[in-house]
Amino acid sequence: MTGRDVLDVLSAVLLLSGVAFSVVAGLGLLRLPDVFSRMHAATKPSTLGLALILSGAALRVEDRGDAATLLLVGVFQFVTVPVGAHMIGRSSYRAGTGALDDLVVDELRDSDGGRPAG
Amino acid sequence: MTAVVVTCFVGLAFAALLVLVRLVRGPSVPDRIVSLDVLLQLVIAGIAVAAAVRREGVYLSVLVAVALLGFVGTVTVARFVERRGS
Repeated sequence: MTGRDVLDVLSAVLLLSGVAFSVVAGLGLLRLPDVFSRMHAATKPSTLGLALILSGAALRVEDRGDAATLLLVGVFQFVTVPVGAHMIGRSSYRAGTGALDDLVVDELRDSDGGRPAG
Repeated sequence: MTAVVVTCFVGLAFAALLVLVRLVRGPSVPDRIVSLDVLLQLVIAGIAVAAAVRREGVYLSVLVAVALLGFVGTVTVARFVERRGS
């Protein structure tokens, strides 16, 4: 068993676990009840799954530059997904969608902008 | 490796199907933005798996472009919803 075989097995494990996390994200997106809980499924497991898949692919490509590109995309996802989720959460709060009455903590209620009427 | 690749693509397609159902059902615009975000992540994952199969990175520039465009689109539509309501 050469070093390359070891890397291939490792990459297969990473790819398969990443796909499993992606499927969990899809299931959560379909089954969870409102926007805020769906955002939970859409951001955390799918980003972790994508990071696993990207590192699995980075272990298999021949060129080091390609591996660097894959890692760059992963880092970029880790930076942008929280920002995007924050924007979606705030805009859906202000637009009045989602189960606003079920919120346990509501720090936006008294802040600027506040909760929509009705 | 073939079995691994087939399993990966089947799993990604199944996840994309679930996300598509949520995208069609809605019911609000933020739900659809979230679904499109996940769908784009699944596309990125698919391209990465394809690169892993061939051991070469011809499509990787597409990957960077899709990741950037997805972020810009999400933020833009979120701002739009905030002003206009869903």
